[in-house]
Amino acid sequence: MGSSQTILEVFINNFPLFMQGLMGTLQLAFITVLFGTIFGSVIAFARMSKFKLINFVVQAYVEIIRGTPILVQLYIFYLFLPMAFSALSNVSEYWFVVGALIMNSSAYVSEIIRAGIQGVDKGQMEAARSLGMSYKNTMLRIILPQAVKNILPALGNEFIMMIKETSLASVFFINELMCTQKILQSSQYLVWQPLFIVAAIYFVVTYALNQLVKLLERRLSVSD
Amino acid sequence: MTKDIIIQVEDLVKDFGDLHVLKGINEVIHQGEVVSIIGPSGSGKSTFIRCLNLLEKPTSGKIIFEGVDINSKGINLDLHRQKIGMVFQHFNVFPHLTVLQNITIAPTLEKKISKEEANKKAIELLKMVGLEDKKDEYPRKLSGGQKQRLAIVRALAMEPDVMLFDEPTSALDPEMVKEVLNVIKKLADDGMTCVIVTHEMAFAKSISDRVLFMDDGIIQESGTPLQIFENPQNPRTIEFLSKVL
Repeated sequence: MGSSQTILEVFINNFPLFMQGLMGTLQLAFITVLFGTIFGSVIAFARMSKFKLINFVVQAYVEIIRGTPILVQLYIFYLFLPMAFSALSNVSEYWFVVGALIMNSSAYVSEIIRAGIQGVDKGQMEAARSLGMSYKNTMLRIILPQAVKNILPALGNEFIMMIKETSLASVFFINELMCTQKILQSSQYLVWQPLFIVAAIYFVVTYALNQLVKLLERRLSVSD
Repeated sequence: MTKDIIIQVEDLVKDFGDLHVLKGINEVIHQGEVVSIIGPSGSGKSTFIRCLNLLEKPTSGKIIFEGVDINSKGINLDLHRQKIGMVFQHFNVFPHLTVLQNITIAPTLEKKISKEEANKKAIELLKMVGLEDKKDEYPRKLSGGQKQRLAIVRALAMEPDVMLFDEPTSALDPEMVKEVLNVIKKLADDGMTCVIVTHEMAFAKSISDRVLFMDDGIIQESGTPLQIFENPQNPRTIEFLSKVL
């Protein structure tokens, strides 16, 4: 029945399904980047720590995650963790996928934050410390407010990346946009139309967000 | 010199990897003294002054500030740094804070002074350097000379016992040098202990009680401005002055 329908027809007939998928994607990307940012911040500070052991462990973590495919990480979380830890066997599959995405994102975000902090002129740290300001106060009141300008646009880009990366979660039938295509393929035998619709939605959303990030970037650089 | 010693430097050595920048410096700065440090680039002047408040951690040696070796373990360096003001070549004013906030942030956070009191004091300081009408501006609206005057009063707001100036006019356009030097001169005249790394020979000559000539990681010659500029003894001093004067 499906192959004779036009793309537009498929889109209109299944609009709620596509929107549900899009919402799933946005939710997944948002949760991932939110927690990725929280853990990424911790990792970034650990990487700048003067304790060599912490430094080494965290650096290894970042390198391993950045050096392995996200799909492999997803499989490890999805298949291996419930097997290895029986306590986790009742946890919903959704959270294993989310966990893998957060872990992946945290490594990338930690580099964003580290670069953002190290991008602040080191004279700022020296000036604040020479006034007798503590390291903590210097970080919170002098360095981070300036680093945010470097970090926010990059985090926006990470969010855009994640919107695309979360399509991999469709492998595990998690509610997101790419999964909508799979559902339509198996339930209505629609193969190619949903593919292009999904691609178009991804493009529209990421293009719009990209413009927003650029606007944000311009806003932030004005105040320099 | 009978006045109290404020900074005493003993056998100060600083290496950056294989590079020996400071090769054993012994020096004493007294209360109220104005000491200028001159010398060719790469002689270690900036590293020396940055060791005085431990922005550079010495490889070895003692920095005794008001009787305490601040280069020893277990020292609360922040408390000592509050008494050592520093002014940098590139100003390093805080771009995300207003002129007033630049001055009040450290006293309110670290000395727990009330905001009102800190503001009042900051405005007095701004008046002294002719910047009170800029108090609510952000630093990007200021000229280089204005930024440096702001940086000076930001340091003064902590009520330091000594001020360190690391090439305070080297990054300024020529027409702005004087307004900054005038502020430093006023501080010196008011009795502030000052250590100044500078390339402004005329200024060093006119303001200093003592001039140190540094080259190759040590203090080659030390004396009154008259001795150093009119009657230098060390061949290196003679050679340097013949190039710059």
